[in-house]
Amino acid sequence: MNTPLADAVSRAEIEDLFYHEAELLDGWKLDDWLALMTDDANYYVPPNDKPDADHRFTLFTIADDIVRLRERIIRLKDPNCHAEYPPSRTRRLITNVRVSGHDGETIDASANFSIHRYRRGGAHQEFVGRYRYKLRRVSGKLKIAERRAILDAEELGALGSVSFIL
Amino acid sequence: MQHRHNGHGNGHALVVENRQEMSFQVRREVFVSRDVLEREQRALFDKCWVYVGHASELKSPGDFRTRWAAGRPIIFCRDREGQIRCLINSCRHRGSTVCREREGNARNFYCMYHGWTYNVDGSLRNVPGEEAYPPSFDKSKMGLVAVPRLESYRDFWFLNFDREAADLETYLAGAKDYIDLVVDQSPSGRMEIISGVQEYDIKANWKLLVENSVDDYHLVATHATWLNYMRNSGVNIAPPKGSGLLLATKGSGKDLGNGHLTTDNPNYRGRPVARWISVYGEEAKADIDAIRAELVERLGEARAARVADTNRNLVVFPNLVINDGSSVTVRNFYPIAPDLMHVTAWALGPVEETEAQRARRLHAFLTFYGPGGFATPDDVAALENVQQGFAAWRDVEWNDLSRGMARNDEQLDTDEGHLRVFWRRWNHLMEQAA
Repeated sequence: MNTPLADAVSRAEIEDLFYHEAELLDGWKLDDWLALMTDDANYYVPPNDKPDADHRFTLFTIADDIVRLRERIIRLKDPNCHAEYPPSRTRRLITNVRVSGHDGETIDASANFSIHRYRRGGAHQEFVGRYRYKLRRVSGKLKIAERRAILDAEELGALGSVSFIL
Repeated sequence: MQHRHNGHGNGHALVVENRQEMSFQVRREVFVSRDVLEREQRALFDKCWVYVGHASELKSPGDFRTRWAAGRPIIFCRDREGQIRCLINSCRHRGSTVCREREGNARNFYCMYHGWTYNVDGSLRNVPGEEAYPPSFDKSKMGLVAVPRLESYRDFWFLNFDREAADLETYLAGAKDYIDLVVDQSPSGRMEIISGVQEYDIKANWKLLVENSVDDYHLVATHATWLNYMRNSGVNIAPPKGSGLLLATKGSGKDLGNGHLTTDNPNYRGRPVARWISVYGEEAKADIDAIRAELVERLGEARAARVADTNRNLVVFPNLVINDGSSVTVRNFYPIAPDLMHVTAWALGPVEETEAQRARRLHAFLTFYGPGGFATPDDVAALENVQQGFAAWRDVEWNDLSRGMARNDEQLDTDEGHLRVFWRRWNHLMEQAA
Protein backbone atom coordinates (compact mmCIF):
# COMPACT_ATOMS: atom_id res chain seq x y z
CA MET A 1 0.00 0.00 0.00
CA ASN A 2 2.76 2.41 0.95
CA THR A 3 4.79 3.85 -1.84
CA PRO A 4 8.52 4.11 -1.21
CA LEU A 5 9.45 7.30 0.62
CA ALA A 6 11.47 8.55 -2.33
CA ASP A 7 8.31 8.41 -4.48
CA ALA A 8 6.19 10.25 -1.92
CA VAL A 9 8.45 13.24 -1.54
CA SER A 10 11.99 14.37 -2.26
CA ARG A 11 14.24 16.08 0.23
CA ALA A 12 14.58 18.94 -2.23
CA GLU A 13 10.83 19.55 -2.03
CA ILE A 14 10.93 19.53 1.76
CA GLU A 15 13.90 21.89 1.80
CA ASP A 16 12.11 24.25 -0.56
CA LEU A 17 9.15 24.31 1.84
CA PHE A 18 11.30 24.93 4.92
CA TYR A 19 13.35 27.68 3.28
CA HIS A 20 10.23 29.33 1.93
CA GLU A 21 8.67 29.17 5.39
CA ALA A 22 11.78 30.70 6.97
CA GLU A 23 11.70 33.55 4.47
CA LEU A 24 8.04 34.27 5.22
CA LEU A 25 8.58 34.25 8.99
CA ASP A 26 11.71 36.41 8.89
CA GLY A 27 9.83 38.79 6.59
CA TRP A 28 6.82 38.92 8.96
CA LYS A 29 4.56 37.76 6.11
CA LEU A 30 2.48 35.97 8.69
CA ASP A 31 -0.75 35.51 6.72
CA ASP A 32 1.21 33.89 3.91
CA TRP A 33 2.88 31.66 6.48
CA LEU A 34 -0.47 30.70 7.96
CA ALA A 35 -1.58 29.63 4.49
CA LEU A 36 1.07 26.89 4.61
CA MET A 37 -0.87 25.18 7.42
CA THR A 38 -3.59 22.59 7.04
CA ASP A 39 -7.01 23.47 8.47
CA ASP A 40 -6.34 21.27 11.49
CA ALA A 41 -2.70 22.21 12.07
CA ASN A 42 -1.00 22.33 15.46
CA TYR A 43 2.01 24.33 16.59
CA TYR A 44 3.95 23.23 19.67
CA VAL A 45 6.86 24.51 21.69
CA PRO A 46 7.46 21.92 24.46
CA PRO A 47 8.80 23.04 27.82
CA ASN A 48 12.59 23.09 28.02
CA ASP A 49 12.69 20.53 30.84
CA LYS A 50 10.36 18.04 29.13
CA PRO A 51 11.13 18.26 25.39
CA ASP A 52 9.47 14.93 24.54
CA ALA A 53 6.29 15.46 26.56
CA ASP A 54 2.64 15.42 25.47
CA HIS A 55 0.82 18.76 25.68
CA ARG A 56 -2.30 17.12 27.12
CA PHE A 57 -0.50 16.18 30.33
CA THR A 58 2.39 18.63 30.47
CA LEU A 59 2.55 22.40 30.61
CA PHE A 60 4.06 23.54 27.30
CA THR A 61 5.44 26.92 26.35
CA ILE A 62 3.09 26.95 23.35
CA ALA A 63 0.44 24.40 22.32
CA ASP A 64 -1.76 25.99 19.65
CA ASP A 65 -4.51 24.34 17.70
CA ILE A 66 -5.33 26.08 14.41
CA VAL A 67 -7.92 28.31 16.10
CA ARG A 68 -5.46 29.72 18.58
CA LEU A 69 -2.68 29.84 15.98
CA ARG A 70 -4.84 32.09 13.81
CA GLU A 71 -5.48 34.28 16.86
CA ARG A 72 -1.73 34.34 17.57
CA ILE A 73 -1.14 35.75 14.10
CA ILE A 74 -3.84 38.39 14.65
CA ARG A 75 -2.05 39.32 17.87
CA LEU A 76 1.39 39.43 16.25
CA LYS A 77 0.18 41.86 13.58
CA ASP A 78 -1.34 44.18 16.19
CA PRO A 79 0.80 47.13 17.37
CA ASN A 80 -0.60 46.32 20.83
CA CYS A 81 1.43 43.13 20.80
CA HIS A 82 3.95 44.99 22.93
CA ALA A 83 6.48 42.16 23.16
CA GLU A 84 6.87 42.30 19.38
CA TYR A 85 6.45 45.98 18.75
CA PRO A 86 8.38 47.15 16.93
CA PRO A 87 8.64 43.65 15.40
CA SER A 88 11.96 42.03 16.19
CA ARG A 89 14.37 41.32 13.37
CA THR A 90 14.94 37.62 12.99
CA ARG A 91 17.09 35.46 10.78
CA ARG A 92 16.69 31.71 10.83
CA LEU A 93 19.25 29.24 9.58
CA ILE A 94 17.71 25.88 8.71
CA THR A 95 20.02 22.88 8.32
CA ASN A 96 20.21 19.08 8.62
CA VAL A 97 16.92 18.58 6.82
CA ARG A 98 15.80 14.96 7.03
CA VAL A 99 12.77 13.11 5.76
CA SER A 100 12.24 10.29 8.17
CA GLY A 101 9.15 8.47 7.03
CA HIS A 102 5.61 8.46 5.75
CA ASP A 103 2.50 6.40 6.30
CA GLY A 104 0.87 7.02 2.96
CA GLU A 105 -0.75 10.25 4.12
CA THR A 106 1.58 11.96 6.58
CA ILE A 107 5.25 12.66 5.94
CA ASP A 108 7.58 13.07 8.91
CA ALA A 109 10.45 15.49 8.46
CA SER A 110 12.85 17.32 10.72
CA ALA A 111 15.47 20.06 10.61
CA ASN A 112 17.80 21.93 12.91
CA PHE A 113 17.29 25.63 13.44
CA SER A 114 19.22 28.58 14.74
CA ILE A 115 17.11 31.70 14.98
CA HIS A 116 18.80 34.99 15.73
CA ARG A 117 16.55 37.65 17.19
CA TYR A 118 17.58 41.28 17.40
CA ARG A 119 15.93 44.14 19.24
CA ARG A 120 16.90 47.78 19.42
CA GLY A 121 19.56 48.56 21.98
CA GLY A 122 21.88 45.69 21.11
CA ALA A 123 19.70 42.85 22.38
CA HIS A 124 20.56 39.62 20.59
CA GLN A 125 19.20 36.19 21.37
CA GLU A 126 19.82 32.89 19.68
CA PHE A 127 17.06 30.28 19.76
CA VAL A 128 18.62 26.95 18.82
CA GLY A 129 16.84 23.66 18.44
CA ARG A 130 15.13 21.14 16.23
CA TYR A 131 11.94 21.19 14.21
CA ARG A 132 9.74 18.14 13.86
CA TYR A 133 7.09 18.35 11.16
CA LYS A 134 4.14 16.35 10.04
CA LEU A 135 3.36 17.24 6.43
CA ARG A 136 0.43 16.31 4.22
CA ARG A 137 -0.44 16.83 0.58
CA VAL A 138 -3.53 18.96 0.11
CA SER A 139 -4.54 19.20 -3.56
CA GLY A 140 -1.04 18.10 -4.49
CA LYS A 141 0.60 20.82 -2.40
CA LEU A 142 2.74 20.02 0.61
CA LYS A 143 1.18 21.53 3.75
CA ILE A 144 2.12 21.63 7.41
CA ALA A 145 -0.17 19.59 9.68
CA GLU A 146 2.03 19.75 12.76
CA ARG A 147 5.03 21.85 13.62
CA ARG A 148 7.05 21.30 16.77
CA ALA A 149 9.92 23.61 17.69
CA ILE A 150 12.04 21.93 20.36
CA LEU A 151 14.50 24.23 22.05
CA ASP A 152 17.90 22.94 23.17
CA ALA A 153 18.37 25.42 26.03
CA GLU A 154 18.01 23.86 29.51
CA GLU A 155 15.65 26.68 30.43
CA LEU A 156 14.36 29.73 28.57
CA GLY A 157 16.47 31.88 30.89
CA ALA A 158 17.93 34.81 29.00
CA LEU A 159 15.79 33.98 25.96
CA GLY A 160 12.93 35.43 28.03
CA SER A 161 9.63 35.06 26.20
CA VAL A 162 8.79 33.18 23.03
CA SER A 163 6.82 36.09 21.64
CA PHE A 164 7.42 35.48 17.92
CA ILE A 165 6.85 32.34 15.85
CA LEU A 166 9.81 30.00 16.36
CA MET B 1 0.29 63.72 59.30
CA GLN B 2 3.14 62.55 57.16
CA HIS B 3 4.67 59.12 57.52
CA ARG B 4 8.19 59.35 56.24
CA HIS B 5 9.19 55.75 56.02
CA ASN B 6 12.89 55.92 56.31
CA GLY B 7 14.63 53.11 54.49
CA HIS B 8 18.19 54.07 55.29
CA GLY B 9 17.87 55.30 58.86
CA ASN B 10 19.60 58.46 57.74
CA GLY B 11 16.80 60.68 56.50
CA HIS B 12 16.75 59.25 52.99
CA ALA B 13 13.18 57.90 52.79
CA LEU B 14 12.49 55.20 50.22
CA VAL B 15 8.72 55.06 50.70
CA VAL B 16 6.81 58.21 51.59
CA GLU B 17 3.14 58.10 52.53
CA ASN B 18 1.10 61.17 53.38
CA ARG B 19 -2.41 60.14 54.32
CA GLN B 20 -3.65 63.70 54.71
CA GLU B 21 -2.56 64.72 51.26
CA MET B 22 -3.30 61.24 49.97
CA SER B 23 0.05 60.69 48.38
CA PHE B 24 2.12 57.53 48.29
CA GLN B 25 5.51 57.53 46.64
CA VAL B 26 8.25 54.95 46.16
CA ARG B 27 11.74 56.09 45.38
CA ARG B 28 12.92 54.62 42.06
CA GLU B 29 16.30 54.03 43.60
CA VAL B 30 14.86 50.87 45.19
CA PHE B 31 14.72 49.27 41.74
CA VAL B 32 18.27 50.05 40.65
CA SER B 33 20.43 50.07 43.77
CA ARG B 34 22.78 47.20 44.54
CA ASP B 35 22.88 48.40 48.14
CA VAL B 36 19.09 48.08 48.42
CA LEU B 37 19.28 44.57 46.94
CA GLU B 38 21.87 43.50 49.52
CA ARG B 39 19.73 44.90 52.31
CA GLU B 40 16.69 43.09 50.90
CA GLN B 41 18.60 39.84 51.20
CA ARG B 42 19.14 40.42 54.94
CA ALA B 43 15.83 42.12 55.74
CA LEU B 44 13.48 40.00 53.60
CA PHE B 45 14.91 36.79 52.23
CA ASP B 46 16.82 35.94 55.43
CA LYS B 47 13.81 36.73 57.65
CA CYS B 48 10.61 35.76 55.81
CA TRP B 49 9.07 32.41 54.99
CA VAL B 50 10.13 31.79 51.41
CA TYR B 51 8.39 29.29 49.12
CA VAL B 52 10.53 26.32 48.14
CA GLY B 53 8.22 23.77 46.56
CA HIS B 54 5.06 21.67 46.59
CA ALA B 55 4.70 18.25 48.22
CA SER B 56 3.40 16.78 44.95
CA GLU B 57 6.82 17.33 43.38
CA LEU B 58 8.26 14.69 45.73
CA LYS B 59 6.07 11.63 45.31
CA SER B 60 8.44 8.84 46.40
CA PRO B 61 11.25 8.42 48.93
CA GLY B 62 14.47 9.61 47.32
CA ASP B 63 12.75 12.10 45.02
CA PHE B 64 14.52 15.44 44.82
CA ARG B 65 14.38 18.82 43.07
CA THR B 66 17.24 21.26 43.05
CA ARG B 67 16.40 24.93 43.01
CA TRP B 68 17.22 28.34 44.43
CA ALA B 69 15.41 29.76 47.42
CA ALA B 70 16.26 32.78 49.57
CA GLY B 71 19.43 33.22 47.51
CA ARG B 72 20.76 29.73 48.28
CA PRO B 73 21.19 26.52 46.26
CA ILE B 74 18.70 24.10 47.79
CA ILE B 75 17.90 20.39 47.55
CA PHE B 76 14.18 19.90 48.17
CA CYS B 77 13.80 16.17 48.75
CA ARG B 78 11.96 13.31 50.39
CA ASP B 79 14.21 11.06 52.44
CA ARG B 80 14.09 7.25 52.64
CA GLU B 81 11.60 7.45 55.53
CA GLY B 82 9.29 9.68 53.46
CA GLN B 83 10.02 12.92 55.30
CA ILE B 84 10.32 16.10 53.24
CA ARG B 85 13.62 17.88 53.78
CA CYS B 86 15.39 20.96 52.57
CA LEU B 87 19.17 20.75 52.44
CA ILE B 88 21.71 23.33 51.41
CA ASN B 89 23.29 22.03 48.23
CA SER B 90 26.91 22.57 49.24
CA CYS B 91 29.45 19.97 50.32
CA ARG B 92 30.60 20.35 53.93
CA HIS B 93 34.16 19.69 52.82
CA ARG B 94 35.02 22.45 50.35
CA GLY B 95 31.71 23.70 49.02
CA SER B 96 30.77 22.10 45.70
CA THR B 97 27.14 21.40 44.97
CA VAL B 98 26.48 17.72 45.58
CA CYS B 99 23.36 17.36 43.43
CA ARG B 100 23.52 18.71 39.92
CA GLU B 101 20.44 17.32 38.21
CA ARG B 102 17.25 19.36 38.03
CA GLU B 103 15.15 16.52 39.46
CA GLY B 104 15.20 12.78 39.96
CA ASN B 105 15.34 10.00 42.48
CA ALA B 106 18.56 9.57 44.44
CA ARG B 107 20.03 6.86 46.65
CA ASN B 108 22.58 9.41 47.77
CA PHE B 109 24.16 12.73 46.90
CA TYR B 110 27.72 12.47 45.64
CA CYS B 111 30.23 15.30 45.58
CA MET B 112 32.17 15.03 42.33
CA TYR B 113 35.10 17.06 43.70
CA HIS B 114 36.54 14.68 46.34
CA GLY B 115 33.89 11.99 46.44
CA TRP B 116 32.10 12.68 49.73
CA THR B 117 28.73 10.92 49.74
CA TYR B 118 25.61 11.95 51.66
CA ASN B 119 22.38 10.10 52.37
CA VAL B 120 19.15 11.65 51.12
CA ASP B 121 18.41 12.77 54.70
CA GLY B 122 21.64 14.80 54.50
CA SER B 123 23.79 12.66 56.81
CA LEU B 124 27.35 12.06 55.69
CA ARG B 125 27.73 8.47 54.55
CA ASN B 126 31.23 8.12 53.18
CA VAL B 127 34.48 10.08 53.05
CA PRO B 128 37.21 8.58 50.83
CA GLY B 129 40.44 8.12 52.80
CA GLU B 130 38.72 8.88 56.08
CA GLU B 131 41.74 7.62 58.08
CA ALA B 132 43.72 10.73 57.12
CA TYR B 133 41.42 12.97 59.17
CA PRO B 134 42.40 13.93 62.74
CA PRO B 135 40.52 12.50 65.76
CA SER B 136 38.51 15.73 66.08
CA PHE B 137 36.84 15.11 62.71
CA ASP B 138 33.30 13.98 63.57
CA LYS B 139 31.48 12.51 60.59
CA SER B 140 28.15 12.61 62.41
CA LYS B 141 28.37 16.42 62.55
CA MET B 142 29.34 16.86 58.90
CA GLY B 143 26.03 16.19 57.17
CA LEU B 144 24.58 18.58 54.60
CA VAL B 145 23.22 21.62 56.43
CA ALA B 146 19.45 21.56 56.70
CA VAL B 147 17.62 24.87 56.34
CA PRO B 148 16.87 26.09 59.88
CA ARG B 149 13.07 26.09 59.49
CA LEU B 150 10.86 24.14 57.12
CA GLU B 151 7.06 24.12 57.38
CA SER B 152 4.11 23.58 55.08
CA TYR B 153 0.58 24.75 54.62
CA ARG B 154 -1.71 22.54 52.53
CA ASP B 155 1.26 21.02 50.66
CA PHE B 156 2.96 24.36 49.94
CA TRP B 157 6.40 24.15 51.59
CA PHE B 158 8.26 27.20 52.83
CA LEU B 159 11.67 27.62 54.42
CA ASN B 160 12.97 30.24 56.77
CA PHE B 161 16.57 31.12 57.63
CA ASP B 162 15.47 32.99 60.76
CA ARG B 163 15.43 30.53 63.67
CA GLU B 164 13.38 33.00 65.72
CA ALA B 165 10.63 33.52 63.15
CA ALA B 166 6.99 32.94 64.08
CA ASP B 167 5.52 29.72 62.67
CA LEU B 168 4.39 29.58 59.06
CA GLU B 169 0.64 29.65 59.71
CA THR B 170 0.97 32.76 61.86
CA TYR B 171 3.10 34.34 59.14
CA LEU B 172 0.62 33.49 56.36
CA ALA B 173 -2.21 35.23 58.26
CA GLY B 174 -5.08 36.03 55.88
CA ALA B 175 -3.27 34.45 52.93
CA LYS B 176 -4.29 31.04 54.31
CA ASP B 177 -7.94 31.64 53.35
CA TYR B 178 -6.92 32.36 49.77
CA ILE B 179 -4.71 29.28 49.56
CA ASP B 180 -7.74 27.34 50.87
CA LEU B 181 -9.88 28.70 48.02
CA VAL B 182 -7.36 27.28 45.54
CA VAL B 183 -7.04 23.90 47.24
CA ASP B 184 -10.82 23.55 47.66
CA GLN B 185 -11.03 22.94 43.90
CA SER B 186 -9.85 19.40 44.56
CA PRO B 187 -12.44 16.94 45.93
CA SER B 188 -9.74 15.39 48.14
CA GLY B 189 -8.04 18.69 48.97
CA ARG B 190 -4.98 17.61 47.03
CA MET B 191 -3.56 19.76 44.28
CA GLU B 192 -0.50 18.87 42.24
CA ILE B 193 2.19 20.65 40.31
CA ILE B 194 1.75 19.60 36.68
CA SER B 195 4.88 18.49 34.83
CA GLY B 196 6.59 21.09 32.62
CA VAL B 197 8.21 24.14 34.15
CA GLN B 198 8.52 27.61 32.70
CA GLU B 199 11.80 29.25 33.68
CA TYR B 200 12.59 32.62 32.18
CA ASP B 201 14.41 35.81 33.02
CA ILE B 202 12.96 39.29 33.13
CA LYS B 203 15.42 42.13 32.84
CA ALA B 204 13.75 44.08 35.59
CA ASN B 205 13.72 44.42 39.36
CA TRP B 206 11.91 41.56 41.13
CA LYS B 207 9.51 43.89 42.96
CA LEU B 208 8.05 44.97 39.63
CA LEU B 209 6.67 41.46 39.18
CA VAL B 210 5.05 41.60 42.62
CA GLU B 211 3.25 44.76 41.52
CA ASN B 212 2.44 43.47 38.04
CA SER B 213 1.00 40.18 39.29
CA VAL B 214 -1.81 41.91 41.16
CA ASP B 215 -2.15 45.18 39.25
CA ASP B 216 -5.45 45.08 37.38
CA TYR B 217 -5.12 48.70 36.28
CA HIS B 218 -2.77 47.62 33.48
CA LEU B 219 -5.14 45.08 31.93
CA VAL B 220 -6.71 47.24 29.22
CA ALA B 221 -3.52 48.90 27.97
CA THR B 222 -1.02 46.06 28.33
CA HIS B 223 -3.30 43.17 27.40
CA ALA B 224 -5.35 44.64 24.56
CA THR B 225 -4.48 41.74 22.26
CA TRP B 226 -5.55 39.15 24.85
CA LEU B 227 -8.88 40.92 25.36
CA ASN B 228 -9.23 41.00 21.59
CA TYR B 229 -8.62 37.24 21.43
CA MET B 230 -11.27 36.60 24.09
CA ARG B 231 -13.72 38.81 22.17
CA ASN B 232 -12.93 36.97 18.91
CA SER B 233 -13.59 33.71 20.71
CA GLY B 234 -17.08 34.77 21.68
CA VAL B 235 -16.32 35.42 25.35
CA ASN B 236 -18.23 38.34 26.80
CA ILE B 237 -15.47 40.63 28.04
CA ALA B 238 -17.78 43.42 29.12
CA PRO B 239 -17.94 43.97 32.87
CA PRO B 240 -20.81 42.46 34.81
CA LYS B 241 -23.92 44.60 35.20
CA GLY B 242 -23.89 47.51 37.58
CA SER B 243 -20.19 48.14 37.44
CA GLY B 244 -18.46 51.43 36.92
CA LEU B 245 -14.94 52.02 35.74
CA LEU B 246 -12.77 49.88 33.49
CA LEU B 247 -13.17 46.19 32.83
CA ALA B 248 -12.47 44.40 36.04
CA THR B 249 -14.59 46.57 38.26
CA LYS B 250 -16.29 45.40 41.41
CA GLY B 251 -13.22 43.40 42.05
CA SER B 252 -11.22 44.44 45.03
CA GLY B 253 -7.66 44.62 46.28
CA LYS B 254 -7.20 43.25 49.79
CA ASP B 255 -4.72 43.44 52.65
CA LEU B 256 -4.19 39.96 54.11
CA GLY B 257 -1.72 40.96 56.82
CA ASN B 258 2.07 40.65 57.08
CA GLY B 259 2.52 42.12 53.60
CA HIS B 260 0.37 39.50 51.84
CA LEU B 261 -2.25 40.79 49.44
CA THR B 262 -4.69 39.66 46.82
CA THR B 263 -7.11 40.73 44.18
CA ASP B 264 -10.55 39.25 44.55
CA ASN B 265 -12.67 39.56 41.44
CA PRO B 266 -15.89 38.14 40.06
CA ASN B 267 -15.02 35.79 37.21
CA TYR B 268 -16.64 36.23 33.84
CA ARG B 269 -13.93 34.90 31.54
CA GLY B 270 -14.09 31.23 32.39
CA ARG B 271 -12.55 28.84 34.91
CA PRO B 272 -11.78 25.13 34.50
CA VAL B 273 -13.34 24.71 38.00
CA ALA B 274 -16.10 25.51 37.18
CA ARG B 275 -17.31 28.18 34.81
CA TRP B 276 -17.82 27.34 31.16
CA ILE B 277 -16.87 29.72 28.33
CA SER B 278 -17.13 29.19 24.60
CA VAL B 279 -13.37 28.69 24.21
CA TYR B 280 -13.75 25.33 26.00
CA GLY B 281 -16.10 24.05 23.30
CA GLU B 282 -19.71 22.85 23.51
CA GLU B 283 -18.59 19.31 24.34
CA ALA B 284 -17.06 20.56 27.62
CA LYS B 285 -20.31 22.02 28.95
CA ALA B 286 -21.65 18.88 30.63
CA ASP B 287 -18.26 18.15 32.19
CA ILE B 288 -17.97 21.65 33.66
CA ASP B 289 -21.52 21.26 35.02
CA ALA B 290 -20.50 18.01 36.70
CA ILE B 291 -17.43 19.62 38.30
CA ARG B 292 -19.71 22.37 39.52
CA ALA B 293 -22.19 19.92 40.98
CA GLU B 294 -19.41 18.16 42.91
CA LEU B 295 -18.29 21.49 44.35
CA VAL B 296 -21.81 22.38 45.48
CA GLU B 297 -22.37 18.97 47.03
CA ARG B 298 -19.09 19.08 48.92
CA LEU B 299 -18.89 22.76 49.86
CA GLY B 300 -22.44 24.07 49.68
CA GLU B 301 -23.78 26.70 47.24
CA ALA B 302 -22.09 29.69 48.78
CA ARG B 303 -18.62 28.24 49.17
CA ALA B 304 -18.81 26.60 45.73
CA ALA B 305 -19.59 29.99 44.20
CA ARG B 306 -16.70 31.52 46.12
CA VAL B 307 -14.34 28.89 44.69
CA ALA B 308 -15.71 28.76 41.15
CA ASP B 309 -16.88 32.29 40.42
CA THR B 310 -13.99 34.43 41.63
CA ASN B 311 -10.51 35.05 40.28
CA ARG B 312 -7.79 35.77 42.79
CA ASN B 313 -4.19 36.84 42.24
CA LEU B 314 -2.41 36.26 45.54
CA VAL B 315 0.99 37.54 46.65
CA VAL B 316 2.54 35.71 49.58
CA PHE B 317 5.16 38.17 50.74
CA PRO B 318 7.80 38.48 49.48
CA ASN B 319 8.10 36.48 46.25
CA LEU B 320 5.39 33.87 45.74
CA VAL B 321 2.41 34.50 43.49
CA ILE B 322 -0.54 32.15 43.08
CA ASN B 323 -2.84 33.26 40.29
CA ASP B 324 -6.17 31.48 40.33
CA GLY B 325 -7.90 32.69 37.17
CA SER B 326 -8.27 31.10 33.75
CA SER B 327 -6.06 28.38 35.24
CA VAL B 328 -3.90 28.18 38.37
CA THR B 329 -0.27 29.21 38.20
CA VAL B 330 2.30 29.12 40.97
CA ARG B 331 4.98 31.65 40.23
CA ASN B 332 8.16 32.13 42.19
CA PHE B 333 10.85 34.67 41.37
CA TYR B 334 14.04 35.99 42.86
CA PRO B 335 16.55 38.72 42.13
CA ILE B 336 19.89 38.03 40.47
CA ALA B 337 20.79 41.72 40.19
CA PRO B 338 18.81 44.92 40.73
CA ASP B 339 17.74 44.79 37.08
CA LEU B 340 17.41 41.03 36.60
CA MET B 341 15.14 38.33 38.03
CA HIS B 342 14.69 34.60 37.42
CA VAL B 343 11.07 33.48 37.20
CA THR B 344 9.87 29.91 37.71
CA ALA B 345 6.24 29.15 36.93
CA TRP B 346 4.21 25.99 37.23
CA ALA B 347 0.63 24.95 36.55
CA LEU B 348 -1.34 23.55 39.48
CA GLY B 349 -4.39 21.30 39.21
CA PRO B 350 -6.57 18.92 41.25
CA VAL B 351 -5.07 15.43 41.42
CA GLU B 352 -8.44 13.91 40.43
CA GLU B 353 -8.69 15.62 37.05
CA THR B 354 -9.52 13.44 34.05
CA GLU B 355 -7.38 13.62 30.93
CA ALA B 356 -9.91 15.86 29.24
CA GLN B 357 -10.13 18.16 32.26
CA ARG B 358 -6.36 18.37 32.56
CA ALA B 359 -5.98 19.12 28.83
CA ARG B 360 -8.62 21.87 29.14
CA ARG B 361 -6.81 23.38 32.14
CA LEU B 362 -3.48 23.44 30.30
CA HIS B 363 -5.06 24.91 27.16
CA ALA B 364 -6.65 27.66 29.24
CA PHE B 365 -3.35 28.28 31.03
CA LEU B 366 -1.44 28.87 27.80
CA THR B 367 -3.91 31.37 26.43
CA PHE B 368 -3.01 33.93 29.05
CA TYR B 369 -0.02 32.85 31.10
CA GLY B 370 3.56 31.98 30.43
CA PRO B 371 6.38 33.01 28.13
CA GLY B 372 4.44 31.85 25.06
CA GLY B 373 1.02 33.06 26.20
CA PHE B 374 -1.02 35.94 24.82
CA ALA B 375 -0.44 38.11 27.91
CA THR B 376 2.72 37.33 29.90
CA PRO B 377 5.17 38.36 27.13
CA ASP B 378 3.58 41.81 27.16
CA ASP B 379 3.95 41.98 30.95
CA VAL B 380 7.61 41.13 30.52
CA ALA B 381 7.92 43.88 27.90
CA ALA B 382 6.21 46.34 30.25
CA LEU B 383 8.52 45.52 33.18
CA GLU B 384 11.62 45.76 30.99
CA ASN B 385 10.44 49.11 29.61
CA VAL B 386 9.91 50.30 33.19
CA GLN B 387 13.39 49.19 34.17
CA GLN B 388 14.84 51.12 31.22
CA GLY B 389 12.95 54.20 32.35
CA PHE B 390 14.48 53.80 35.81
CA ALA B 391 17.92 54.56 34.37
CA ALA B 392 16.86 58.16 34.98
CA TRP B 393 16.13 57.48 38.67
CA ARG B 394 18.20 60.47 39.77
CA ASP B 395 16.15 62.82 37.60
CA VAL B 396 12.69 61.30 37.96
CA GLU B 397 12.92 60.17 41.54
CA TRP B 398 9.51 58.83 42.52
CA ASN B 399 6.85 56.33 41.50
CA ASP B 400 3.29 57.38 42.30
CA LEU B 401 1.10 54.74 43.93
CA SER B 402 -1.75 56.93 45.18
CA ARG B 403 -4.46 55.47 42.97
CA GLY B 404 -7.65 54.91 44.97
CA MET B 405 -6.45 56.73 48.10
CA ALA B 406 -9.45 59.06 48.11
CA ARG B 407 -11.82 56.11 48.21
CA ASN B 408 -13.33 55.62 51.64
CA ASP B 409 -14.73 52.15 51.11
CA GLU B 410 -12.85 49.09 49.88
CA GLN B 411 -10.03 49.42 47.38
CA LEU B 412 -10.78 48.17 43.88
CA ASP B 413 -8.48 45.73 42.14
CA THR B 414 -7.76 48.55 39.70
CA ASP B 415 -6.68 50.81 42.58
CA GLU B 416 -3.26 50.60 44.17
CA GLY B 417 -4.32 49.98 47.76
CA HIS B 418 -3.08 46.39 47.67
CA LEU B 419 0.22 47.48 46.11
CA ARG B 420 0.66 49.89 49.01
CA VAL B 421 0.22 46.92 51.36
CA PHE B 422 3.33 45.35 49.85
CA TRP B 423 5.36 48.53 49.99
CA ARG B 424 4.46 49.33 53.61
CA ARG B 425 5.60 45.87 54.69
CA TRP B 426 8.71 46.03 52.52
CA ASN B 427 9.63 49.37 54.01
CA HIS B 428 8.90 48.27 57.57
CA LEU B 429 11.22 45.27 57.27
CA MET B 430 13.92 47.31 55.53
CA GLU B 431 13.80 49.90 58.31
CA GLN B 432 13.90 47.22 60.99
CA ALA B 433 17.04 45.77 59.48
CA ALA B 434 18.74 49.12 58.94
